[in-house]
Amino acid sequence: MYFRIRAASLSLVIFLCFLFAWHVLTADRRVAADSRTLSPGERSQLLENGMPESDAIGYAQKGLTYEQILQISELGLSLEDIDGAGGIEAFGFTTGGAAEEARTGFPSPALVWEEAYEQIRHPFYDKGPNDKGIGIQLKYSLLRVGAGFFLAVLIAVPVGFLVGMSPLVNLALAPFIQILKPISPLAWLPVALYVIKDAEQASIFVILVCSVWPMLINTAFGVASVKRDYINIAKTLELSPMQTALQVILPAAAPTIFTGMRISIGIAWLVIVAAEMVIGGIGMGYFVWNEWNGLNLASMIFAIFVIGFVGLLLDFLIGQLIRFSDYKE
Amino acid sequence: MEYYVRTELLGKAFPSEKKGGDDYVVFEDLNVGIRKGEFVTCIGHSGCGKSTVLNVFAGLEKATAGASFLGNRVIESPGLDRAVVFQNHSLLPWRSALKNVEFAVKARWPQWSAAEVETHSRKFLSLVGLDKSVDRKPYQLSGGMRQRVGIARAFAIKSELLLMDEPFGALDALTRGVIQDELVRIWSHTDQTVFMITHDVDEAILLSDRILLMTNGPRARVAEAVVVDLPRPRNRATIIHEPKYYATRNHLVDFLVRRSQELSDDQAGSDARTVPTSVDGELVYPPEIIPGESESANLTAAMAAQC
Ligand SMILES: Nc1ncnc2c1ncn2[C@@H]1O[C@H](COP(=O)(O)OP(=O)(O)O)[C@@H](O)[C@H]1O
Ligand SMILES: [Mg+2]
Repeated sequence: MYFRIRAASLSLVIFLCFLFAWHVLTADRRVAADSRTLSPGERSQLLENGMPESDAIGYAQKGLTYEQILQISELGLSLEDIDGAGGIEAFGFTTGGAAEEARTGFPSPALVWEEAYEQIRHPFYDKGPNDKGIGIQLKYSLLRVGAGFFLAVLIAVPVGFLVGMSPLVNLALAPFIQILKPISPLAWLPVALYVIKDAEQASIFVILVCSVWPMLINTAFGVASVKRDYINIAKTLELSPMQTALQVILPAAAPTIFTGMRISIGIAWLVIVAAEMVIGGIGMGYFVWNEWNGLNLASMIFAIFVIGFVGLLLDFLIGQLIRFSDYKE
Repeated sequence: MEYYVRTELLGKAFPSEKKGGDDYVVFEDLNVGIRKGEFVTCIGHSGCGKSTVLNVFAGLEKATAGASFLGNRVIESPGLDRAVVFQNHSLLPWRSALKNVEFAVKARWPQWSAAEVETHSRKFLSLVGLDKSVDRKPYQLSGGMRQRVGIARAFAIKSELLLMDEPFGALDALTRGVIQDELVRIWSHTDQTVFMITHDVDEAILLSDRILLMTNGPRARVAEAVVVDLPRPRNRATIIHEPKYYATRNHLVDFLVRRSQELSDDQAGSDARTVPTSVDGELVYPPEIIPGESESANLTAAMAAQC
């Protein structure tokens, strides 16, 4: 117990150091409002929309965000025309949005905390497709992970049982497992999108694919290494194969199976964020990416913390299952 | 013969690890017989193949030649008509002592209610002196206690044949005595047949009707079946005063110390068996010896069995 308290105190000290360093590095390093520059990618996009580069930089120096400049470029008017018509304010754009964010390059802990406080107070607000609360984003990510993970359990546990029980099946399936396992689950995304044609189902499929392997391999290993003695008990008691599987092999292999699930849920949570960045629409991954595009860095950093925290929680839940099913020999 | 449990020309060989190497022959043409209701123990040096015979009876090990029988049924697979006390206790580690016994009882009488199963299981756990530890998991029990749970489990299913592989090895002398008495009590009140492996000569004398003496491997065989001609009920304190006690004990010790090796060398030295295992299609079972009877009487019996 005392040891635990010491460890916790040390954790706290490390965290405070981290916060302090973050604070020192980000506070009061105000950047001039007009130093907001556009990235080469953004510039070429604007150029494509027919806006000369000098105009684009001009707007940026006025303190407009890229989003705003993009909208202006879609109007098809030159800087001169707009100034002639009474400036961009006359078109409903407010200047200084970028300046506000650009004041410090990276948000300070205090700023992130403010943002977090706001977000936590209204987790489920919904102001249109690009502006939803973190609770809603989280809900979608968790539902996708839950669905994909659940389907993976339905496949991996029975197949893992077969592989673990039968050396023949094990050998027969080995090449497929060996080849499919190292493929990045994101590589399946285009395939899934093409075949399924539904972003939601495609993301669930990707989660299924990434979480199925650790569970399958662990289940097979757990089942194959059940002690001969335990099987012999079942045999001398004339248990049916089903009874043996459920009452002897399953409890014997459960800790190993749950350990596979723990690895799987970790991977699934990593993958869903990446998949949502690619697919877009809604979810934690999309949220992070959207906040980055809108340069809402504080909100983005808050989202990253949330992702980490939820990952921890998922891991903890399965850890409890392992603890519950574990036994000492 | 009127043997109830028996092997007929049983053989067991393990393939060599090396390619082209000779198989390891544990035994071949082995004839072992146990009568119905009899208490038979088997002694022999470690590694001679005692557990292998027991596992063949249990149906857990396949012989490579010959056959084994329970009554008139060929033993092919394990079954509830045989209860096994394993050498290494073999409890399910995620179940408490009680749940381990209940597991077997439920399998034996699936129609029983949960309450009946529990009452029956508790009864047998208290027979082996574990009433206070029934809710503990195996890892919370000492080696001896675990072994006792295994014994309670085997007793509880009241099978026709009780197979025990060095069941009391892990027990302290005091507990061992109590459980030995309990075993004899249970056995004498039922028509159970018992086949038990032990390395303890005194235990064998105290418990057995007959003691099978197994020679050293490879190609082990049962040299003789020693009849323990001591009246029951036997008492460990007074049994030493029985006239035939020392003759029996000396015979067993002499076998373990000297003859088990000599007889085994005999076998290894020549391809032709010195003792025939079947004569004119009749199987020859190990000769029955009563230590303390006149040597010549035994000799004639042995000769008669061999010729
Ligand atoms: N799986 C196996 N592979 C090879 N040899 C084995 C195997 N199991 C047992 N043996 C050998 O068979 C012999 C008999 O073993 P066992 O019946 O366990 O002897 P014990 O009389 O001590 O119970 C031993 O010499 C052992 O080395
Ligand atoms: Mg043994």
